[in-house]
Amino acid sequence: MEKTEEKLLDIQDLRVHFHTRHGVVKAVDGVSFGLERGEVLGIVGESGSGKSVTCLSVLGLLPAPPARIESGRALLAGRDLLTLDAESLRRVRGKSISMIFQEPMTSLNPYLKIGVQLVETLRAHEAIAAEAARARAIRMLDRVGIADAGIRMDGYPHELSGGMRQRVMIAMALLTQPDILIADEPTTALDVTIQAQILELIRELKAEFGMAVILISHAMGVVAEMSDRILVMYAGRVVEQGNPGEIFRHPAHPYTKALIDSMPNPNASADRLPAIAGTPPDLARLPAGCAFAPRCGFARPVCRETDPDERTRPASETPALGAPEALTRPGSPTRSAEPGHAFRCHVDI
Amino acid sequence: MAAYALKRLVGAVPVLWIVATLTFFMIRLAPGGPFDQDKSLPPDILKNIEAKYHLDEPLGAQYLRYMGSLLVLDLGPSFKYANRTVNEIIAAAFPVSLELAFWAILVALTLGIGAGIIAALYPATWKDHGVMSLAMVGVCTPNFVLGPLLVLVFSLTTGWLPVAGWETAQDRILPALTLGAIYAAYIARLTRGGMMEVLRQDYIRTARAKGLPERVVILRHALRGGILPTVSFLGPAIAGIATGSLVIELIFDIPGLGRFFVQSALNRDYTMVMGTALFYAVFILAMNILVDIAYAWLDPRVRYD
Repeated sequence: MEKTEEKLLDIQDLRVHFHTRHGVVKAVDGVSFGLERGEVLGIVGESGSGKSVTCLSVLGLLPAPPARIESGRALLAGRDLLTLDAESLRRVRGKSISMIFQEPMTSLNPYLKIGVQLVETLRAHEAIAAEAARARAIRMLDRVGIADAGIRMDGYPHELSGGMRQRVMIAMALLTQPDILIADEPTTALDVTIQAQILELIRELKAEFGMAVILISHAMGVVAEMSDRILVMYAGRVVEQGNPGEIFRHPAHPYTKALIDSMPNPNASADRLPAIAGTPPDLARLPAGCAFAPRCGFARPVCRETDPDERTRPASETPALGAPEALTRPGSPTRSAEPGHAFRCHVDI
Repeated sequence: MAAYALKRLVGAVPVLWIVATLTFFMIRLAPGGPFDQDKSLPPDILKNIEAKYHLDEPLGAQYLRYMGSLLVLDLGPSFKYANRTVNEIIAAAFPVSLELAFWAILVALTLGIGAGIIAALYPATWKDHGVMSLAMVGVCTPNFVLGPLLVLVFSLTTGWLPVAGWETAQDRILPALTLGAIYAAYIARLTRGGMMEVLRQDYIRTARAKGLPERVVILRHALRGGILPTVSFLGPAIAGIATGSLVIELIFDIPGLGRFFVQSALNRDYTMVMGTALFYAVFILAMNILVDIAYAWLDPRVRYD
């Protein structure tokens, strides 16, 4: 996994705090990860774990105030996005890094024709004539599976279904052929059958355009199926990272294990899905020690006192937990203890 | 859209009939008549005049006669302005009121929308507080105070602008400011609210995420939704500006329709009161229909049928 060449995107020790009336909310608290060219990186975690804030802050899309980037670097091909001026960052957004969002119903402007919204994206980044931009937009709509693309260009978003709107969003994001596509819960608001279609489309387009993808989701299944590598986030931190096969067979962090256990399993006869006890912590009042300790069945006294450092798992001691085979992608590596498998926990589970 | 407009126009007919009927009977309920004077006229002269204007007929017959003339858009002769019909007076005076209204609305929209956008873009800063405080003062200042104040500053003290009149272009500035100020203040508040609502929407985040320049994000993506509350307000606002110019017309000595409206009511000039009231009713209905059509044009999700 280790590559000597420079990473496409390199996030180092990112801290994003929200300064609110109720105190400082540490939404992202020391997150580091890299993204290789052409890689799919899945970020998984509950609502409020800092997945979206991490990505939005890199693009300068968080409202400031209250958001403030306290520290860190976000190197895109060696250039730190966090210190760029507004105009330079604007040129990165939608050109080098495109983003699609959870709510296709509200993410397109209801007052503007679809064609206008597509063409303006292209023309914000390239010196291209209106007619040529329109032709490219139609081709891209066609590519993402919009029937009668030429007619749809003159239609409005409310005339399309949720799945179709997400396809339009994807077309809009890919028009400029970005190096990175950030997909923030792209299927959460959609029906299950449409979800699968959209994920398949992202997978196809990723192969076709050779871009890297950051896929944010709270659903372990979605992330596992799509990703080359997974980051598990909890309370603004990366608590575990590794490849999907490794993480599914041998989750090292109790939170990861709980996420996997709470996935729907068609073979189980239980009426109810197992849920993670408790609620995510108040990020303005984090407990001492490990943030997950209050909800953790494995917690020991030390967990409530000191914050665990990051460790990598030794290959020999990994107990098999019997991950559902159906969720392991064919051809994914099955070697235990990949060098990249790191986690933050005091306990060996 | 044409079918919708036609439907609304047809729907306006009963409204106008009600307005005409109510005005007809209400003005006659008011004590006194058009020919009451300090020194009462000799009875036979009064009788002649009343016969000329059909005031000697029973009320029901007068009502039918008036409704009949309305059908051919004849508002009748004025009782007070001898030898002039109500149609002629309105035709002469209303264009002046309309022009004044036009300039006032231009002032209201330009100042109001501009101030509202600035306040919404920098909420809770000195820009926001400054603009909104000014708007509050604007809302609270009656135009009969603001008008003379502006005259004092810009005409009497500095001598930059004329005190009154309606001949030159400079004559338009102070009346338009006076009449438009309060509406500018309302529109500023509405635009601020609308823009702040829209700026929180997901599609604004999308617009920024795809790297549009901030100017495009604000003017193309946010303003369209952000001015919808203002557009709804424009119907009543235009009506209010066009009909509420009486005070302004008096302060600045403008030969508009407003003064006829009020004087005719005091004079019991029956036909003139009814004519102006009906005319304003038509105008207000037309403005509301126009605003609804503009709304549908701005927001494609709104469809009428």
